[in-house]
Amino acid sequence: MANIVIDGIRKNFGAFEALKDISLTISDGEFVSLLGPSGCGKTTLLRIIAGLETATSGDVLIGERSVIGLPPKDRGLAMVFQNYAVFPHMTVYENVAFGLRMQKADDRRVKEQVEKAAGLLHIEPYLDRYPNKLSGGQRQRVAVARALAVEPRVLLMDEPLSNLDALLRLEMRTELKTVLQGAGTTTIYVTHDQTEAMGLSNRIAVMHDGVVEQVGSPVEIYNHPATRFVGGFIGNPPMNFITVAVEDGAVAAGTLRLPAPAGAGREVVLGLRGEAVALAAPGDGLDMTVRVAEPMGSHLLLTGAIHGQPVRVILPPAERVRGGDVISLRPDLDRITWLSPESGKSYPAAMA
Amino acid sequence: MTTTLPKTAPASFPSSRRLLLWSGIAALCAWVLVPIYLVALGAFGGRQGVYLWPKTVLPTGVSIEPFLLFLRTEGVVGSFLNSLGAAGITVALSILLGAPAGYALARYSFPGKDGYRLLVLLTRAFPLAILALPLTVSFIKLGLYDTVVGVGLIHTVLALPFAALVTQGIFLGVPRELEEAAWVFGCTRLQAVLRVVVPLAMPGLAATAVFAFVISWNEVFAASVLTVRNRTLTAYLLTVLAESPMHYRFAGGLLLILPSVVFIFAVRRYLFAIWGISSK
Repeated sequence: MANIVIDGIRKNFGAFEALKDISLTISDGEFVSLLGPSGCGKTTLLRIIAGLETATSGDVLIGERSVIGLPPKDRGLAMVFQNYAVFPHMTVYENVAFGLRMQKADDRRVKEQVEKAAGLLHIEPYLDRYPNKLSGGQRQRVAVARALAVEPRVLLMDEPLSNLDALLRLEMRTELKTVLQGAGTTTIYVTHDQTEAMGLSNRIAVMHDGVVEQVGSPVEIYNHPATRFVGGFIGNPPMNFITVAVEDGAVAAGTLRLPAPAGAGREVVLGLRGEAVALAAPGDGLDMTVRVAEPMGSHLLLTGAIHGQPVRVILPPAERVRGGDVISLRPDLDRITWLSPESGKSYPAAMA
Repeated sequence: MTTTLPKTAPASFPSSRRLLLWSGIAALCAWVLVPIYLVALGAFGGRQGVYLWPKTVLPTGVSIEPFLLFLRTEGVVGSFLNSLGAAGITVALSILLGAPAGYALARYSFPGKDGYRLLVLLTRAFPLAILALPLTVSFIKLGLYDTVVGVGLIHTVLALPFAALVTQGIFLGVPRELEEAAWVFGCTRLQAVLRVVVPLAMPGLAATAVFAFVISWNEVFAASVLTVRNRTLTAYLLTVLAESPMHYRFAGGLLLILPSVVFIFAVRRYLFAIWGISSK
């Protein structure tokens, strides 16, 4: 168990800046996801923490001790790789026991720990098999068991579920959460899948182009994105962005007049979650021209335009709206995010 | 597998496939075994058997006697052992020096890597015939002339470039992630190589060993130039065969073939990957 401090990490690959001054503190026992599109630097950051990649500058502390310059084996961590990286020439038992054997643990402790980890991940029946006799999901379990067997201070996971099919992924996600809640290990989890990050994490660090855009709890990040990128990346459908004019400290949106955020210029961007609206009486609120209405069963997904700007909103499944209709929407004022059109950053939420 | 089965003959298709498979296997076996069989027939048939025509399919009138006679000929056993010694040195040095070089080429990037690769191959650009005289002189100075070690060293020079380049390809085939996993779980770089990379590269390393063995075993020129009394089998046979009766030549040929077959048989377990190298 240990906390992790990432302090001003930079990484250049030639002229390309993969990581631009990343700082992040992860407390003991916390589960933090690094979430971002491919190429945002999240895997590079994880590999720097693991010691598989060297940072151009900056420091990484695990349990108050700088580990920069230490080889991976001396960092007290375990890792689950994207392609499992289960050793094909060893039985499942020897795979799970590998870390303990390297620590020169005696046979009794090895057996104890292997059985414990195998029990957690339900792989006892396969302990004598070789990995090539296992399915992808089973190999993934072996990889996780191998990591847990050494009782690491820090557990690193690099897109561990991305090679599994959708159903298995959901199942493994639930199971991972159960197992890791019990273990209480500090965990860093790299993924590009927002549902994984939202479902598993205590906190999420959203990365984009080598920068951490926002760190916060899943709910925080969902409801109050710090930047336009975060709002657009998180949520399905993504957040709607409607550029509106500011007049005399107020924003005119349809028939609504909303107080403009402090420091706003002549225009602001109204960030609106698709489900943070309700159908209003015609002519009372934001007018939306509906292009397509898709009844999804659990909800009604509408695609169209507000103020001529493309939006997607979600209404209760019982509402009767069809393509071509013009409807009026009333946004939930507590769930509006105001963003600057220039910087893309959000204005601090007005505390009422 | 066969998604485009012809509708007219669905039942006969698999059986014809099987026929094709087995006839292929039979042809390959015949390709390898028939010449060896004929050579053996010549070696064991004695003076008359060699000239017997038409050849009988089943061995008739064979006895181990002519072959034993050949083995008792002065110099045969000695040169056979010399050949084994030289080949052993070649295999050991090619793997011990070539595999680390191949690993470095596969895993590290360093300036001049491509140039180094070319240079490794360039060692083979000088014909041995040109090097023969200076080599002989320096070997005499070093006390390596007419020794098995000397021949082994020269054969290593011949085999090493290929060993380095072939093992590079083999190590590239071992997923880097497996090595990284080994590091994370407590291995130093060397431990990771010994515990993870080498076991997975075993089939390729075995093939490289076979290759080095064959290079040394078949090499005649350097062995002839650099030895006088301690000849290798090829060099020995080259000098004496011309004056030998026909069945001696066949016996010599058989003696040349057998060790390669035995050696390949011995390492066959490593030639076939039992776990497959892919991590997926």
